[in-house]
Amino acid sequence: MEVVMAFVIGFLFMAAVYLILSKSILRIIIGTSLLSHGAHLLILTMGGLDGEAPPVLADGVTNMADPLPQALILTAIVISFGVTAFFLVLAYRAYQELGTDNMDEIRGKLSDD
Amino acid sequence: MTQVLLIFLPILFALLLPMLHKKISRVHTGWFVLLVPFALVLYYASFVPKIGDGPFTSTFYWVKSLDLSITSHLDGLSLLFSLLITGIGTLVVLYSIFYLDKKKEQLHNFYFYLLMFMTAMLGVVQSDHLISLYLFWELTSISSFLLIAYWYKRDKSRFGALKSMMITVFGGLMMLGGFLLLANAGGTYSIRELIANSSTIAESPYFVWMIVLILLGAFTKSAQFPFYIWLPDAMEAPTPVSAYLHSATMVKAGIYLVARLTPLFAISEYWIWFVVASGIITLFWGSFFAVKQTDLKGILAFSTVSQLGMIMAMLGAAGIALHVDSPQQTIFAFAAYAAIFHLINHATFKGSLFMIAGIVDHETGTRDIRKLGGLMSLMPISFTIAAIGSLSMAGLPPFNGFLSKELFLTSMLSLKEFELFNFSTWGPIIPWVAWIASIFTFVYCLYFAYYTFMGKGKVDKLPKKPHEAPIGMLISPIILATLVVVIFFIPNVIGKYFIKPAVLAIQPQLYNASSDVAIHVQAFHGFTPELKMTIGVVLIGFILFLTLKKWQPLYQLQPDKLSLNNLYDRMMRLADVDSKKISELYMTGAIRHYLMYMFSFIVVIVIATLFWKDGFNFSFENTAKIGLFEIIVVFVLVASTVTVFAARTRLTAIIALGAVGYSVALFFVIFNAPDLALTQLVIETVSVALFLLAFYHLPKLSRHEEAMPFKMRNFLIALGVGIMVTLLALSAQSQKLIPSISQYYKDTVYTEAGGGNIVNVILVDYRGFDTLFEITVLSIAGMAILGMIKLRLSKKEKKSNENE
Repeated sequence: MEVVMAFVIGFLFMAAVYLILSKSILRIIIGTSLLSHGAHLLILTMGGLDGEAPPVLADGVTNMADPLPQALILTAIVISFGVTAFFLVLAYRAYQELGTDNMDEIRGKLSDD
Repeated sequence: MTQVLLIFLPILFALLLPMLHKKISRVHTGWFVLLVPFALVLYYASFVPKIGDGPFTSTFYWVKSLDLSITSHLDGLSLLFSLLITGIGTLVVLYSIFYLDKKKEQLHNFYFYLLMFMTAMLGVVQSDHLISLYLFWELTSISSFLLIAYWYKRDKSRFGALKSMMITVFGGLMMLGGFLLLANAGGTYSIRELIANSSTIAESPYFVWMIVLILLGAFTKSAQFPFYIWLPDAMEAPTPVSAYLHSATMVKAGIYLVARLTPLFAISEYWIWFVVASGIITLFWGSFFAVKQTDLKGILAFSTVSQLGMIMAMLGAAGIALHVDSPQQTIFAFAAYAAIFHLINHATFKGSLFMIAGIVDHETGTRDIRKLGGLMSLMPISFTIAAIGSLSMAGLPPFNGFLSKELFLTSMLSLKEFELFNFSTWGPIIPWVAWIASIFTFVYCLYFAYYTFMGKGKVDKLPKKPHEAPIGMLISPIILATLVVVIFFIPNVIGKYFIKPAVLAIQPQLYNASSDVAIHVQAFHGFTPELKMTIGVVLIGFILFLTLKKWQPLYQLQPDKLSLNNLYDRMMRLADVDSKKISELYMTGAIRHYLMYMFSFIVVIVIATLFWKDGFNFSFENTAKIGLFEIIVVFVLVASTVTVFAARTRLTAIIALGAVGYSVALFFVIFNAPDLALTQLVIETVSVALFLLAFYHLPKLSRHEEAMPFKMRNFLIALGVGIMVTLLALSAQSQKLIPSISQYYKDTVYTEAGGGNIVNVILVDYRGFDTLFEITVLSIAGMAILGMIKLRLSKKEKKSNENE
């Protein structure tokens, strides 16, 4: 299963990078979302997928999933949510102020002085 | 300790200047400044009688743990330079009191820089520690920069200051590199100890590098070919500065360095060759182009370049004394003597000539030699001084330049008899070049004196009505011109007290005490080849001078494009304009391009590292089984990701993104992570709502919806990143080195922490700090969002503010 997941994660990363390289600011944020999904799944996969029960103490359970990657992912989900929300509002304000969502039109101009 | 402190006396005194300048504005600030170099001259003069007994050393530890010290080491060479610096310094300050107007000029700045320079220069010649020598060396560059740009409102001053700064600081940095190599090989920073170890240092593989780098420093500072180009442009400085820095002291810092390190490096043939060759070429080049100049100070600048080359060549010949048998008998033993003698002479006559050029400028309002002429009867004293200085520079009796020029010709003639290092092949050319250079020297000396003071007077056309300078301005050049004559008659007194101790410092291997230097200079030493050469110089020089008007226009044939100044300008343009073009090439301002660079480099670096370090090692054991349910979710995830791309409207793309998030949540369910699944579901819902909000507020302008156009370049980069991540994941999965530490959490979660849900206990108990700061992140994001929405200093408001 880990091998399949490695390919799925690679696919997610590929899609995310392709979106991030696009011109539309909304697509870039979608790309970052996909990138964080890929990263979360990668952490989970690297922790091993052979657990047979959730990491909760219960009688008779011996082979439970690794709890540590899950704790790390939980933290990462919340942080990436905070950042995504910030990005979205930033993009929304940029629409309002600049009147465009095209990255090529809001690129920094080289000043001569 | 006093000795070290006195190096800093000028700059400490300079701190008082702004106060003196403000409080006592009736008196010219220069009168107070004059006390400092004068006191120092007296102090250093007190060493003269006892310098034969040995050097005087005094050390101040600056950073003891790094073995950094400021040492004042006074031997014959340092003492001679110290006396030149303070002595000429006194005269220059005296001259500047009358030269600079106390009402029009910013005197406190001028004297501050001048005193700073004096400290720097004393530090250079007295330092025994390489690093403190370097520090003082750079301080001379900086103070010279400030002094050249003293009239900073003129374009030319700023250009000249920048040019001299660029070239001398370039050389200084190279020299620092050489010093570090040298100290590394010798194991000490003390010059005296290094000289004692010279034979071990010579075995260092970097020996030639040290020579090249240190000589670069010396050559840039002493305006040797091809680095002399900064000196003519530095003539924009006030004339006292030109007289002081650019003839008598700073440009001799490089000469000092070569003389100081001769006992260390003269073992090497490279050193001797470099020094002799650069000296001879500079001598010829400077004298050849001095005749072309039309500015009085320009002529003097080129003549300084030429004379410095001459001293350099003699120092190179002095190094040969280490390589011949019974050196005391050979001519090379007194090449060092000749160099030091000419150094003193040059300081006297060149200082006086610069001061005269300043007086002419001051009294007539121009320095252009084509406009001058016939000033002899109007300015008789200045004319006498100029004549003495010029004839001494040309090498005629009864002036001191004659003696040192004879010695110079002697040492150059003897070079062809020197057998080692291919000197027998190239040696015979050297006296010829030196001789031709002497002819041109003779021509430009007459050119300078004659066209300024004699010939047809064009006095009426001058900007000012010329008259003799005030006596105060003439005192300094008179003193120097008197020295020019006096030294001719008593060369051996000067030799005994000043030159021989200095020679001992340059060639310590040859002598035990300065009294051993058995050299006696005579005004007439028989009908020798040197004297014949001098007669030839005078005859041919006269003919050339009389026909000057006929051949001087030939200089115009030299195309501007081939000059060294043009090369410098081109290099500066290269550094400025062309490097800007290069950065504009890749700094496009588009974030997409920067991301492309980053992703490409990450992919290349990671995959290359995996490849070189044999990271590819796949084994598919110990993996979990693949179930049907998982496969279905994989398909859902892939399909919804593809939908994001295929979507023609943004709404579809956002919904597809939501589907990806939910299938990730499903993965969390399958892989036994209930807390993650819960969080993921909630957060995905909120995120999609936020995306829809942003979508809703799109401006009407760009609401035309379209599918993403396919871009091959972006796709290739993305594909690279995907492959890289997959490869990393696979090889990391296959090479687990140590078991997880999670067993500890599983064992102790109830006994230690009293909880059942291990993930939650890790979040709030084992690793609670992560959670604390994750909460901080969330609240910062929340506050930032609030700030962005609430605080609006929009364009309209800004405009209205500006209009008010």
